[in-house]
Amino acid sequence: MIRAGVLVFPGSNCDRDMEAAASAVMGWEAVRCWHAEPLPAGLDVVLVPGGFSHGDYLRCGALAALSPVMDSVKEFAHGGGLVLGVCNGFQILCEAGLLPGTLLRNRQCRFACREVRLRVERDDTAFTNACGHFLTLPIAHGEGNYHADARTLQEMQERRQILFRYVDDEGDATPRGNPNGSMANIAGIANAAGNVAGLMPHPERAVEALHGGTDGLAIFRSLAAALESATRG
Amino acid sequence: MPTFRVTVDVMPKPEVADPQGQAVESALARLVGDAARPPRHVRIGKTVRFELEADDDNAARLLAERLADRVLANPNTESFSIRMEVAR
Repeated sequence: MIRAGVLVFPGSNCDRDMEAAASAVMGWEAVRCWHAEPLPAGLDVVLVPGGFSHGDYLRCGALAALSPVMDSVKEFAHGGGLVLGVCNGFQILCEAGLLPGTLLRNRQCRFACREVRLRVERDDTAFTNACGHFLTLPIAHGEGNYHADARTLQEMQERRQILFRYVDDEGDATPRGNPNGSMANIAGIANAAGNVAGLMPHPERAVEALHGGTDGLAIFRSLAAALESATRG
Repeated sequence: MPTFRVTVDVMPKPEVADPQGQAVESALARLVGDAARPPRHVRIGKTVRFELEADDDNAARLLAERLADRVLANPNTESFSIRMEVAR
Protein backbone atom coordinates (compact mmCIF):
# COMPACT_ATOMS: atom_id res chain seq x y z
CA MET A 1 0.00 0.00 0.00
CA ILE A 2 1.21 3.49 -0.81
CA ARG A 3 2.22 5.40 2.32
CA ALA A 4 1.74 9.16 2.00
CA GLY A 5 2.94 11.74 4.52
CA VAL A 6 0.71 14.83 4.82
CA LEU A 7 2.60 17.71 6.43
CA VAL A 8 0.75 19.73 9.04
CA PHE A 9 1.97 23.21 9.97
CA PRO A 10 0.28 25.62 12.40
CA GLY A 11 -2.20 27.28 10.03
CA SER A 12 -2.45 24.48 7.47
CA ASN A 13 -6.13 24.17 6.54
CA CYS A 14 -6.23 21.79 3.57
CA ASP A 15 -4.47 18.97 5.42
CA ARG A 16 -7.71 17.10 6.20
CA ASP A 17 -8.84 17.34 2.56
CA MET A 18 -5.44 16.10 1.40
CA GLU A 19 -5.55 13.25 3.91
CA ALA A 20 -9.08 12.27 2.80
CA ALA A 21 -8.10 12.36 -0.89
CA ALA A 22 -5.10 10.12 -0.19
CA SER A 23 -6.81 7.68 2.17
CA ALA A 24 -10.60 7.60 1.70
CA VAL A 25 -10.53 8.21 -2.06
CA MET A 26 -7.23 6.69 -3.24
CA GLY A 27 -7.04 3.97 -0.58
CA TRP A 28 -3.52 4.93 0.49
CA GLU A 29 -2.24 5.00 4.03
CA ALA A 30 -2.06 8.69 4.96
CA VAL A 31 0.19 9.74 7.83
CA ARG A 32 -0.15 13.23 9.31
CA CYS A 33 3.31 14.71 9.95
CA TRP A 34 3.55 17.56 12.46
CA HIS A 35 5.94 20.28 11.36
CA ALA A 36 8.07 20.22 14.53
CA GLU A 37 9.17 16.63 14.04
CA PRO A 38 11.18 14.84 11.37
CA LEU A 39 9.32 12.76 8.76
CA PRO A 40 8.49 9.19 9.78
CA ALA A 41 10.34 6.43 7.94
CA GLY A 42 8.94 4.46 5.04
CA LEU A 43 7.01 7.16 3.18
CA ASP A 44 6.46 6.80 -0.57
CA VAL A 45 5.30 10.36 -1.16
CA VAL A 46 5.15 13.62 0.80
CA LEU A 47 2.12 15.89 0.30
CA VAL A 48 2.44 19.52 1.40
CA PRO A 49 -1.08 20.91 1.77
CA GLY A 50 -2.50 24.41 1.45
CA GLY A 51 -3.46 26.88 4.12
CA PHE A 52 -1.78 29.77 5.85
CA SER A 53 1.21 28.16 7.53
CA HIS A 54 2.53 30.25 10.43
CA GLY A 55 -0.10 32.84 9.52
CA ASP A 56 1.68 33.56 6.22
CA TYR A 57 3.74 36.01 8.29
CA LEU A 58 6.79 37.60 6.65
CA ARG A 59 6.09 35.90 3.27
CA CYS A 60 3.87 32.97 2.33
CA GLY A 61 5.76 29.80 3.17
CA ALA A 62 8.88 31.58 4.46
CA LEU A 63 8.54 30.49 8.09
CA ALA A 64 7.26 27.02 7.21
CA ALA A 65 10.37 26.53 5.07
CA LEU A 66 12.36 26.77 8.31
CA SER A 67 10.17 24.31 10.26
CA PRO A 68 12.14 21.28 11.51
CA VAL A 69 10.23 18.82 9.27
CA MET A 70 11.61 20.54 6.18
CA ASP A 71 15.14 19.25 6.82
CA SER A 72 13.90 15.70 6.40
CA VAL A 73 11.67 16.69 3.46
CA LYS A 74 14.82 18.02 1.74
CA GLU A 75 16.65 14.80 2.54
CA PHE A 76 13.69 12.78 1.21
CA ALA A 77 13.61 14.87 -1.99
CA HIS A 78 17.36 14.72 -2.53
CA GLY A 79 17.09 10.93 -2.26
CA GLY A 80 14.60 10.94 -5.15
CA GLY A 81 11.39 10.79 -3.06
CA LEU A 82 8.22 12.24 -4.58
CA VAL A 83 7.04 15.54 -3.05
CA LEU A 84 3.90 17.43 -4.12
CA GLY A 85 3.01 20.88 -2.80
CA VAL A 86 -0.42 22.42 -3.33
CA CYS A 87 -1.12 26.15 -2.96
CA ASN A 88 0.59 27.15 0.32
CA GLY A 89 2.49 23.87 -0.06
CA PHE A 90 3.82 25.12 -3.42
CA GLN A 91 4.84 28.40 -1.77
CA ILE A 92 6.63 26.48 1.00
CA LEU A 93 8.58 24.33 -1.48
CA CYS A 94 9.69 27.48 -3.35
CA GLU A 95 10.76 29.20 -0.13
CA ALA A 96 12.62 26.04 0.93
CA GLY A 97 14.58 26.12 -2.33
CA LEU A 98 13.18 22.78 -3.51
CA LEU A 99 11.47 24.50 -6.46
CA PRO A 100 12.62 27.57 -8.41
CA GLY A 101 10.85 30.94 -8.33
CA THR A 102 8.44 32.66 -5.97
CA LEU A 103 4.68 33.17 -5.67
CA LEU A 104 3.87 36.87 -5.43
CA ARG A 105 0.64 38.67 -4.61
CA ASN A 106 -2.00 38.24 -7.35
CA ARG A 107 -1.68 40.94 -10.01
CA GLN A 108 -5.21 42.22 -9.33
CA CYS A 109 -4.58 42.29 -5.53
CA ARG A 110 -7.70 40.15 -5.00
CA PHE A 111 -8.09 36.70 -3.55
CA ALA A 112 -8.93 34.42 -6.50
CA CYS A 113 -11.45 31.70 -5.65
CA ARG A 114 -12.91 29.89 -8.63
CA GLU A 115 -12.38 27.08 -11.10
CA VAL A 116 -9.58 27.35 -13.64
CA ARG A 117 -8.76 25.43 -16.78
CA LEU A 118 -5.25 23.99 -16.95
CA ARG A 119 -3.30 22.68 -19.90
CA VAL A 120 -1.07 19.75 -19.00
CA GLU A 121 2.31 20.49 -20.57
CA ARG A 122 3.87 17.06 -20.00
CA ASP A 123 2.47 13.56 -19.72
CA ASP A 124 5.73 11.84 -18.82
CA THR A 125 6.17 12.85 -15.16
CA ALA A 126 5.24 11.20 -11.87
CA PHE A 127 2.64 13.95 -11.35
CA THR A 128 1.02 14.11 -14.79
CA ASN A 129 1.18 10.69 -16.50
CA ALA A 130 -2.58 10.13 -16.05
CA CYS A 131 -3.69 13.75 -16.55
CA GLY A 132 -4.58 13.87 -20.24
CA HIS A 133 -4.47 17.25 -21.98
CA PHE A 134 -6.65 19.51 -19.80
CA LEU A 135 -7.84 19.65 -16.18
CA THR A 136 -10.41 21.84 -14.48
CA LEU A 137 -9.50 22.50 -10.85
CA PRO A 138 -10.42 25.03 -8.15
CA ILE A 139 -8.03 27.76 -7.04
CA ALA A 140 -8.23 29.75 -3.79
CA HIS A 141 -5.27 32.04 -3.24
CA GLY A 142 -4.14 35.63 -2.81
CA GLU A 143 -0.48 34.98 -3.65
CA GLY A 144 -0.30 32.73 -6.69
CA ASN A 145 1.42 35.04 -9.13
CA TYR A 146 4.39 32.95 -10.22
CA HIS A 147 7.63 34.86 -10.71
CA ALA A 148 11.13 33.78 -11.71
CA ASP A 149 13.96 35.82 -13.18
CA ALA A 150 14.42 35.61 -16.96
CA ARG A 151 17.35 33.21 -16.79
CA THR A 152 15.58 30.82 -14.40
CA LEU A 153 12.46 30.87 -16.56
CA GLN A 154 14.51 30.05 -19.66
CA GLU A 155 16.26 27.19 -17.88
CA MET A 156 12.91 25.86 -16.70
CA GLN A 157 11.58 25.94 -20.25
CA GLU A 158 14.67 24.19 -21.62
CA ARG A 159 14.40 21.50 -18.94
CA ARG A 160 10.64 21.20 -19.45
CA GLN A 161 9.89 21.96 -15.80
CA ILE A 162 6.52 23.63 -16.46
CA LEU A 163 3.79 21.05 -15.81
CA PHE A 164 0.56 23.09 -15.89
CA ARG A 165 -0.44 26.41 -17.47
CA TYR A 166 -3.63 28.42 -16.97
CA VAL A 167 -5.55 28.55 -20.26
CA ASP A 168 -8.69 30.14 -21.67
CA ASP A 169 -11.73 28.32 -23.09
CA GLU A 170 -9.84 27.73 -26.34
CA GLY A 171 -7.01 26.04 -24.47
CA ASP A 172 -4.55 28.89 -25.08
CA ALA A 173 -2.29 30.42 -22.43
CA THR A 174 -3.60 33.97 -22.85
CA PRO A 175 -3.94 36.85 -20.34
CA ARG A 176 -7.69 36.10 -20.29
CA GLY A 177 -7.02 32.59 -19.02
CA ASN A 178 -4.57 33.83 -16.39
CA PRO A 179 -6.24 34.29 -12.97
CA ASN A 180 -3.36 35.91 -11.07
CA GLY A 181 -0.74 37.37 -13.40
CA SER A 182 1.63 34.39 -13.31
CA MET A 183 4.57 34.58 -15.72
CA ALA A 184 3.98 32.46 -18.83
CA ASN A 185 0.61 31.46 -17.30
CA ILE A 186 2.46 29.05 -14.99
CA ALA A 187 0.17 27.14 -12.63
CA GLY A 188 2.49 24.30 -11.67
CA ILE A 189 6.13 23.29 -12.05
CA ALA A 190 8.58 20.53 -11.19
CA ASN A 191 12.23 20.57 -10.19
CA ALA A 192 14.85 19.60 -12.78
CA ALA A 193 15.02 16.02 -11.47
CA GLY A 194 11.24 15.68 -11.82
CA ASN A 195 10.52 14.32 -8.32
CA VAL A 196 9.34 17.54 -6.64
CA ALA A 197 6.33 19.46 -7.96
CA GLY A 198 4.07 22.29 -6.87
CA LEU A 199 0.87 23.82 -8.19
CA MET A 200 -1.51 26.54 -7.03
CA PRO A 201 -4.80 24.77 -7.98
CA HIS A 202 -6.21 22.23 -5.51
CA PRO A 203 -6.43 18.66 -6.85
CA GLU A 204 -7.58 17.41 -3.42
CA ARG A 205 -10.70 19.59 -3.72
CA ALA A 206 -11.80 17.82 -6.90
CA VAL A 207 -11.74 14.11 -6.16
CA GLU A 208 -15.42 13.25 -5.61
CA ALA A 209 -18.57 13.97 -7.62
CA LEU A 210 -19.94 16.04 -4.73
CA HIS A 211 -16.99 18.42 -5.15
CA GLY A 212 -18.38 19.38 -8.55
CA GLY A 213 -15.58 17.69 -10.44
CA THR A 214 -13.09 14.86 -10.17
CA ASP A 215 -10.20 16.08 -12.33
CA GLY A 216 -7.94 16.22 -9.27
CA LEU A 217 -7.94 12.42 -9.20
CA ALA A 218 -5.72 12.41 -12.28
CA ILE A 219 -2.79 13.83 -10.30
CA PHE A 220 -3.16 11.29 -7.48
CA ARG A 221 -3.52 8.49 -10.05
CA SER A 222 -0.37 9.71 -11.77
CA LEU A 223 1.53 9.42 -8.48
CA ALA A 224 0.08 5.95 -7.89
CA ALA A 225 1.14 4.82 -11.36
CA ALA A 226 4.65 6.24 -10.92
CA LEU A 227 5.09 4.53 -7.54
CA GLU A 228 3.72 1.26 -8.89
CA SER A 229 6.08 1.24 -11.86
CA ALA A 230 9.01 2.13 -9.57
CA THR A 231 8.13 -0.86 -7.36
CA ARG A 232 7.91 -3.14 -10.37
CA GLY A 233 11.36 -1.87 -11.32
CA MET B 1 29.37 42.08 24.67
CA PRO B 2 27.77 45.10 22.98
CA THR B 3 24.14 45.04 21.84
CA PHE B 4 23.32 46.32 18.39
CA ARG B 5 19.96 47.63 17.27
CA VAL B 6 19.51 46.35 13.71
CA THR B 7 17.02 47.61 11.13
CA VAL B 8 16.53 45.61 7.93
CA ASP B 9 14.65 47.29 5.10
CA VAL B 10 13.26 44.84 2.54
CA MET B 11 12.03 46.10 -0.85
CA PRO B 12 10.75 44.36 -3.98
CA LYS B 13 13.42 44.37 -6.70
CA PRO B 14 12.86 46.96 -9.45
CA GLU B 15 11.98 44.34 -12.07
CA VAL B 16 9.35 42.70 -9.85
CA ALA B 17 5.76 43.91 -10.19
CA ASP B 18 4.32 45.35 -6.98
CA PRO B 19 0.51 45.24 -7.20
CA GLN B 20 0.21 46.59 -3.64
CA GLY B 21 2.31 49.60 -4.59
CA GLN B 22 0.20 50.16 -7.70
CA ALA B 23 -3.05 50.00 -5.71
CA VAL B 24 -1.70 52.46 -3.16
CA GLU B 25 -0.43 54.71 -5.95
CA SER B 26 -3.96 54.92 -7.39
CA ALA B 27 -5.40 55.76 -3.97
CA LEU B 28 -2.76 58.43 -3.35
CA ALA B 29 -3.53 59.96 -6.73
CA ARG B 30 -7.23 60.20 -5.80
CA LEU B 31 -6.32 61.82 -2.48
CA VAL B 32 -4.04 64.39 -4.09
CA GLY B 33 -6.69 65.13 -6.72
CA ASP B 34 -5.93 68.13 -8.91
CA ALA B 35 -4.14 69.98 -6.13
CA ALA B 36 -0.69 68.66 -6.99
CA ARG B 37 1.10 66.15 -9.15
CA PRO B 38 0.28 62.61 -7.94
CA PRO B 39 3.05 60.51 -6.37
CA ARG B 40 4.67 58.07 -8.76
CA HIS B 41 6.60 54.78 -8.55
CA VAL B 42 5.09 53.73 -5.21
CA ARG B 43 6.79 50.59 -3.90
CA ILE B 44 5.85 48.77 -0.71
CA GLY B 45 8.41 46.91 1.33
CA LYS B 46 8.79 46.04 4.98
CA THR B 47 11.01 46.93 7.89
CA VAL B 48 12.22 44.42 10.47
CA ARG B 49 13.94 45.57 13.67
CA PHE B 50 15.75 43.43 16.19
CA GLU B 51 18.52 43.54 18.74
CA LEU B 52 21.64 41.46 18.47
CA GLU B 53 24.53 40.80 20.81
CA ALA B 54 27.86 40.40 19.05
CA ASP B 55 31.59 40.83 19.67
CA ASP B 56 31.83 43.86 17.44
CA ASP B 57 30.25 45.82 14.63
CA ASN B 58 31.63 43.50 11.97
CA ALA B 59 30.34 40.30 13.59
CA ALA B 60 26.91 41.87 14.10
CA ARG B 61 26.74 42.98 10.48
CA LEU B 62 27.77 39.56 9.16
CA LEU B 63 25.10 37.81 11.21
CA ALA B 64 22.43 40.38 10.29
CA GLU B 65 23.28 39.96 6.61
CA ARG B 66 23.00 36.20 6.89
CA LEU B 67 19.60 36.42 8.59
CA ALA B 68 18.34 38.95 6.06
CA ASP B 69 19.55 36.91 3.11
CA ARG B 70 18.27 33.56 4.42
CA VAL B 71 14.97 34.56 6.01
CA LEU B 72 13.91 38.20 6.04
CA ALA B 73 14.19 38.77 2.29
CA ASN B 74 13.61 36.41 -0.61
CA PRO B 75 16.62 36.93 -2.91
CA ASN B 76 14.50 35.97 -5.96
CA THR B 77 12.28 38.99 -5.64
CA GLU B 78 13.52 41.27 -2.87
CA SER B 79 16.59 43.28 -1.96
CA PHE B 80 17.51 44.44 1.53
CA SER B 81 19.62 47.04 3.27
CA ILE B 82 20.83 47.00 6.86
CA ARG B 83 21.24 49.84 9.35
CA MET B 84 22.87 49.30 12.73
CA GLU B 85 23.55 51.27 15.85
CA VAL B 86 24.97 50.34 19.23
CA ALA B 87 22.04 50.00 21.63
CA ARG B 88 24.00 50.08 24.87
